Amino acid sequence: MDIKVIEEQGSALLALGGDVDLSCSPEARKAILETLDDGKNLLINLSEVTYIDSSGVASLVEGYQMAKKMKLEFALISVSEAVMNVLQLARLDSVFPIYATLEDYRQTTG
Amino acid sequence: METLFEIKFPAKADRLCMVRSMVKHTAGVVGCCPELCERLVIAVNEACMNVIQHAYREDDAGEIVLEMLNNEGRLHFRLFDNAAPIDLDNCNPRDLDDIRPGGLGTHFINEIMDECDRGHLDEGRGNYLEMIKKIT
Repeated sequence: MDIKVIEEQGSALLALGGDVDLSCSPEARKAILETLDDGKNLLINLSEVTYIDSSGVASLVEGYQMAKKMKLEFALISVSEAVMNVLQLARLDSVFPIYATLEDYRQTTG
Repeated sequence: METLFEIKFPAKADRLCMVRSMVKHTAGVVGCCPELCERLVIAVNEACMNVIQHAYREDDAGEIVLEMLNNEGRLHFRLFDNAAPIDLDNCNPRDLDDIRPGGLGTHFINEIMDECDRGHLDEGRGNYLEMIKKIT
């Protein structure tokens, strides 16, 4: 799994890549929660994720719920087909804020 | 019933990529479309994860046996472990309307597979899970 974090004013873009499975989802979870803990809005780019299991999905859910609690923004950007299939299976595709591109997110949220 | 493969591997998270690769490749060989291959991979991966996390409780000294068989267009996936007998009443999927981390694995398995049977091996020697998917 690859993790890249790009920080901007008040927000962070976290890009995950490769397989997000039980062997590395704790690392993804840590990155997600630490970014939110810093008080930053969090956008997660999932375009390069080739596989995600329920432990990876759990990290996203935890981040989403923490962001909500902290009144921070949380969104998934450019979700790959592999991830979208799993989110649909978990019926979370209608729960997470999902945007096709970062530009879409920026246009929608102003 | 044709045995497609049978493997024994350590109950470690870093071995799951090997399992996914074998299931995906073998499902393709027996004629599953790419979409079905992906779904079978998800279900088998979650089943192995459940063994690692809940049966062995992340004790990576344990082993998992996975068999993939083809019974005239019905794929059978059989998992065996040597862990202490699990509480079978705790193997039910949770309510998906309750949005919270975790607890999705059994739901994925039930959604993808046509049949699912789990139980204990004789004399407390471990647990088994058999999942069946009709492919023709």
